[in-house]
Amino acid sequence: MSVGEVAVLGVGMHPWGKWGRNFVEYGVVAARAALADAEVDWRDIQFVAGGETVRNGYPGYVAGATFAQALGWQGAPVVSAYAACASGATALNAARAQILAGLCDVALVVGADTTPKGFLAPNAGERGDDPDWLRFRLLGATNPTYFGLYARRRMEQYGATPDHFAKVKVKNARHGLSNPYARFRKEVTIDDVNASPMVSDPLRLLEICATSDGAAALVVCSLDYARSRGVSNPVRIAAISTVTPTYPNTVIEMPNFATDSAFGVPEPERSFRDSIAYAAYEQAGIGPEDVNLAEVYDLSTALELDWYENIGLCAPGEAEQLLDAGVTALGGRVPVNVSGGLACFGEAVPAQAIAQVCEITWQLRGQAEGRQVEGARVGLTVNQGLFGHGSCVIAKR
Amino acid sequence: MSNENPQGKNQGKTQGKTQGKNQIAAIDGWMTIDGEARLVGGRGAETGSYFFPKNMAFSRNPAAPSEEISEVQLSPRGRVWSWTTNHYKPPAPYMPADPFVPYTVLAVELDEERLVVLGRLAPDCDPATLTSGVEVEVERGVLYEDEANQYMVWQWRPVATEVAR
Repeated sequence: MSVGEVAVLGVGMHPWGKWGRNFVEYGVVAARAALADAEVDWRDIQFVAGGETVRNGYPGYVAGATFAQALGWQGAPVVSAYAACASGATALNAARAQILAGLCDVALVVGADTTPKGFLAPNAGERGDDPDWLRFRLLGATNPTYFGLYARRRMEQYGATPDHFAKVKVKNARHGLSNPYARFRKEVTIDDVNASPMVSDPLRLLEICATSDGAAALVVCSLDYARSRGVSNPVRIAAISTVTPTYPNTVIEMPNFATDSAFGVPEPERSFRDSIAYAAYEQAGIGPEDVNLAEVYDLSTALELDWYENIGLCAPGEAEQLLDAGVTALGGRVPVNVSGGLACFGEAVPAQAIAQVCEITWQLRGQAEGRQVEGARVGLTVNQGLFGHGSCVIAKR
Repeated sequence: MSNENPQGKNQGKTQGKTQGKNQIAAIDGWMTIDGEARLVGGRGAETGSYFFPKNMAFSRNPAAPSEEISEVQLSPRGRVWSWTTNHYKPPAPYMPADPFVPYTVLAVELDEERLVVLGRLAPDCDPATLTSGVEVEVERGVLYEDEANQYMVWQWRPVATEVAR
């Protein structure tokens, strides 16, 4: 499959935190920052893609229109995309499709969220036919419950230890120190992690990502449009994968009570998580060995280790060695989460996959002050949204 | 290991009675409420695929979109795939004990059905004794209660009692 590339002309973010304001304010700040970075006037944007938030009422459901109205109506068509944690990549994919189809030259992609305190919870009411509601009612299966199951599985299967998991937090905390958009900018030691309260055994409070307010935005365009603006060597999006699982999906996943049954059918060639990056590599015509840095979805410390394997940085069971050898730390062969990751950001659901793309864009431009991966040419982002949404973006320069 | 039960006997709204309270399934049709405790799933007539929870309206196996689904009891025993103990009180609609007590959630592999299903560990069992591969058996337990009713849910108990207690 040969897929055309689009250029990232501008990126912008609103700092992550618990600001307690309306998500639209954050989105406008991020959008204006991206437009300024791209040197494009908002009125010249031809398409707007918004990542939806489901926790902020109707304006959140129609995020694309909400941001377009907030920036000042100028007539551009909009789309609003929801794919849980993968919403940002889905919105970006919609913008890319418009550009590659020749329906527009330049598009704005925005995601923003205001999150409640504590655990993310299902929608209110008696919702006996909603698996997201039922998992809380019948099992108390919070999101960290699933993270805990994966972490314990890593320990049982590969001999990972709680100290391995803690080391991921230590690494990412150090990475995020110099990131002005990160919410948590503080060195953390293994002892700090091990002294934090247990949440979903074996994962402790400092190992599970918080929920944050924040916003991120991108201005993306055709390569011709970039040239017409005098940008001859832009960061280019070489792949966006938004795959879903292939039946039977044999790994238990939020918000499900059970996996698919593999009775009488061959298991798919790749697990769902493996298939997410695989599809992006196919699209970009490159492999894991070409990747200089990666932003992976560290909803928990242990999950970051799973991702090393899912995106092909190492074979299954070898992630702990990669971590111990410093390969995935800044200065290593393929640094992971140099932004600080979710460990330093906490999650602002519809903004997070876009924020990942902002980070690799800054890295590929050589503008990631204090956390720059020297000579980075190829960056990869990966994440996964509940209900079966994959997300992986590969950018090159 | 699994018994076909296309008539759906002993499932749904049937009630038992203990200690003066009615025992009611916390959710209808996901497990037997009388007799031996079993999870109740669905099974495709053509593919033999199992589904939990069941959905009689359609098959989720893309190889046989129009196959009939019948109700089936799942194997009573499986092996632990993983587990986690939650030390924080979850938000509603979870119905926590007061005061809150930590609880353990298991992922259990069913050999015959070739699937992994979640469920809680019987609250009187010690999660410190678990390892992956330990054999567990399904039973009914009280999820929460009010003045008139006990609301029942499935839970897993390690088969070797010396491990369980």
